[in-house]
Amino acid sequence: MAITTERGSTTTSSAPVDDGPRRTSRTGPVLLTTLTWILGIGFFFPVLWMVLTAFKTEGDAQSSPPTFVFTPTFEQFRTVFDAGIGPYLANSLGATVISTLLVLLLAIPAAFALSMRPVEKTQDVLFFFISTKMLPVVAAIVPIYVVVNDIGLLDNIWTLIVLYTAMNLPIAVWMMRSFFLEVPSELLEAATMDGASLARTLREVVLPIISPGIFATGLICVIFSWNEFFFAVNLTSANAGTMPTFLVQFVTSQGLYFAQLSAAATLAALPVIIAGWVAQNKLVQGLSFGAVK
Amino acid sequence: MAEVVFDEASRIYTPGATPAVDKLSLTVNDGELVVLVGPSGSGKSTALRMLAGLEPIDAGHLRIDGRDVVDVASKDRDIAMVFQSYALYPSKTVRDNMAFPLKMRGMDKAEQAKRVNEAAEILGLTEYLDRKPKALSGGQRQRVAMGRAIVREPRVFLMDEPLSNLDAKMRVQTRAQIAGLQNRLDVTTVYVTHDQVEAMTMGDRVAVLRDGKLQQYATPSELYDRPVNAFVAGFIGSPAMNLMDLQRSGDGVTLGGSTLPLTREVADAAGSADTVTVGLRPEDLSLTSEGDGIKAVVDVVEELGSESYLYAHMAEHPDTTLVVRGPGRTRVRYGETIAVRVDPDAVHAFDASSGERLAS
Ligand SMILES: Nc1ncnc2c1ncn2[C@@H]1O[C@H](COP(=O)(O)OP(=O)(O)OP(=O)(O)O)[C@@H](O)[C@H]1O
Ligand SMILES: [Mg+2]
Repeated sequence: MAITTERGSTTTSSAPVDDGPRRTSRTGPVLLTTLTWILGIGFFFPVLWMVLTAFKTEGDAQSSPPTFVFTPTFEQFRTVFDAGIGPYLANSLGATVISTLLVLLLAIPAAFALSMRPVEKTQDVLFFFISTKMLPVVAAIVPIYVVVNDIGLLDNIWTLIVLYTAMNLPIAVWMMRSFFLEVPSELLEAATMDGASLARTLREVVLPIISPGIFATGLICVIFSWNEFFFAVNLTSANAGTMPTFLVQFVTSQGLYFAQLSAAATLAALPVIIAGWVAQNKLVQGLSFGAVK
Repeated sequence: MAEVVFDEASRIYTPGATPAVDKLSLTVNDGELVVLVGPSGSGKSTALRMLAGLEPIDAGHLRIDGRDVVDVASKDRDIAMVFQSYALYPSKTVRDNMAFPLKMRGMDKAEQAKRVNEAAEILGLTEYLDRKPKALSGGQRQRVAMGRAIVREPRVFLMDEPLSNLDAKMRVQTRAQIAGLQNRLDVTTVYVTHDQVEAMTMGDRVAVLRDGKLQQYATPSELYDRPVNAFVAGFIGSPAMNLMDLQRSGDGVTLGGSTLPLTREVADAAGSADTVTVGLRPEDLSLTSEGDGIKAVVDVVEELGSESYLYAHMAEHPDTTLVVRGPGRTRVRYGETIAVRVDPDAVHAFDASSGERLAS
C-alpha cells in the first residue's frame, strides 16, 4: 500500500507538468490528457483519502456515505504520538539508512564486475542472485527465526539491517548492472590509457555518469526496507520494532480505528514521500538514463 | 617519438577461430604517419588496440623503440589514442578532459594549465574550455579528443576512424588538419580508417589489411601504381579499378573483340594459364572516336564537373562492365555506344586464381 502511495505521488506530480503545455485543439491529445489525469488521480486518490481521514474524528471517518466536509482535527496525530511513535521511527530510519548504504556499497562493485568484466558464468551468477527473490519469504522465516534466536539477536535492529541488506542486494545488483552497461567501454579504455587506476576511473569517470542510477537504486532500497513488514513483525517486538509494526497497533481486535490508522500511516509514509519528492528529478533522470544518453 | 615494430603479432579472440590479426609484421618509422586500411572486419582496430595495450598479443612481438611491450601495461606504453566515439569524459569540462592524462601523471598544476592552453590554442578550442562535451558540436568534440592526446606529448599517437562521425566537408577539413598537426608535432602515428581516400591522402605509408592479414605496406603512390594483388588493386582508387577475367589469345588477352597486348614479363609469368585477371583504372581508359576502340554501351553517366565517369558494359559481352573516365561536361548519354581506348602501359595483370600480381 505504501509502495503504491509512493509511485502514486510521483505519477500525479509529473503528469500535469508534462501534459499541460502539450494540450492542443485536437481531440487525441485532449483525450490522452484526460486519461492521464484520471489515471493520476486514481493512483493518488487512496493517498489523498488517507491524509484526509487522518484529520477526521473517528466518527467522521466511519460515516457512510464517506464525507469530504468535516472539521479537521489533530486529535488523531496526538493519539499516535502518545502511543510512542519515536522509537519505531528511529528504528525504521536506522534499518533503512544503514541497510541502503550497505547495499549500495556491495552492489556497486558487484555490478561493475558483472557488467564491465563479464566472464563465462556471469549470466549464471546473475540468475543466482535473483533466484533468492523467487523463494517466498514465508518459506524462509522459520529457519531465519531459529538462527536469529540461537545467536540471540531477536528483537535487535542489526538483524533487520542484515536481512534488509540481503533482501535488496539482488535487485540493486541488477539495477546497477543495467546502468553500468550503459557506460561505453571506450570511456574506460580512454581512462586506462590516460593513466588512471581502476579506482580513479571509477571515481572520476564512471560514478558521475551513473550517479542518477545510484540514486534510483538507493531510493528503491529505501522504499522497500522502510515498508518491510514481514521480517519486522516476526523478528522484533518492543525494542527493534519499525514503523509498519507500529501501524499494526491500530488494527485491533476491538475494531478498526480508521482515523488513527490513517494518521499513523500518513506519518509513516511522510519520510518516503519527502525522499521521493526530493529525489524526483534525479530519479526520473536515472530511470530514463538510456534515452538521455 | 618512437619506432613501432609489429613482429608477427597475432590476436586470436576465440581459440580455434581465424585470428583477427594474423602474424602482422610492420615497421612504423619515427615520426611517420602510417594508415591501416581495409574493409570492415579486416582487423584494423584490433591491430591498433594491440599497440594501445587494450588487446593482448597472443603470439609474436610488438616493440616500441626496440623494447618488447607485449607485457607492458597500456598506461606505461606512453601512447595516446583518439577513439572513434571520442570517449570524452561527459562529466568533465573540456579543460578537465584535456588535463586528465596530465593530472593522472602527477604533473604540477601550472604545467598542466600551460599545456592545456597551448593545445587549445593550436586546436582552436580556447573559447570552449569551460564547456562540457555535451555542449559541443561533433567537430569540436573531435578536436577535444585530439587535444587530450597531444597534451601528453606521447611517443605514439593512435587514431581509430577519428573522422567517421563528421560530415563530408568537416572530414576533408579535419583530415588536412590532422595531417598538418602530425607533421608539425612529428609524432609517430598509426591511423585506422576504412576510407581509402583518407588513407591515400594522409598516410606516409599505407598498410592494407584483409581478414587479419597484411596485403601490402607501401607509399600511397606505390599502392596505386603497383598493387601486389587484385584485392589491393580493387580496394585502392576511386572509382575502383576495373577488374576482368579475360581469355588469353596469343601475346595478349581478348577484350571486347580486340586484343589487348600484355608485356613479355606478364605473359611469361602467366605461363600456360587460359585466363588472366586484368585491371584497368578508369583514369587509364579514355574515349576515342576512332574505329579501333573497344565498343561499350553506357549505363550510367556520373558528371562531376571537372570530369565524368561512364559506367558501361561491353557491346559484345554484356556481362563485362567497365568504368571509364571521361571529360567534364561530357555529351555522352545513357544508352550511347562509346569507343574506349586503353593505355597499354597502364594494364595491371593478376593471376586469375590466386589474385597475385603477374610480373613485378
Ligand atoms: N571482442 C571481440 N571478440 C571476438 N571477436 C572480435 C572481437 N572484436 C573483434 N572481433 C573480430 O575480429 C575481427 C577484426 O575486427 P576489427 O574490429 O579489428 O575490424 P576492423 O577492421 O576494425 O573493422 P571495422 O572497419 O568494422 O571497424 C572481426 O572479424 C571481428 O568480428
Ligand atoms: Mg574498427
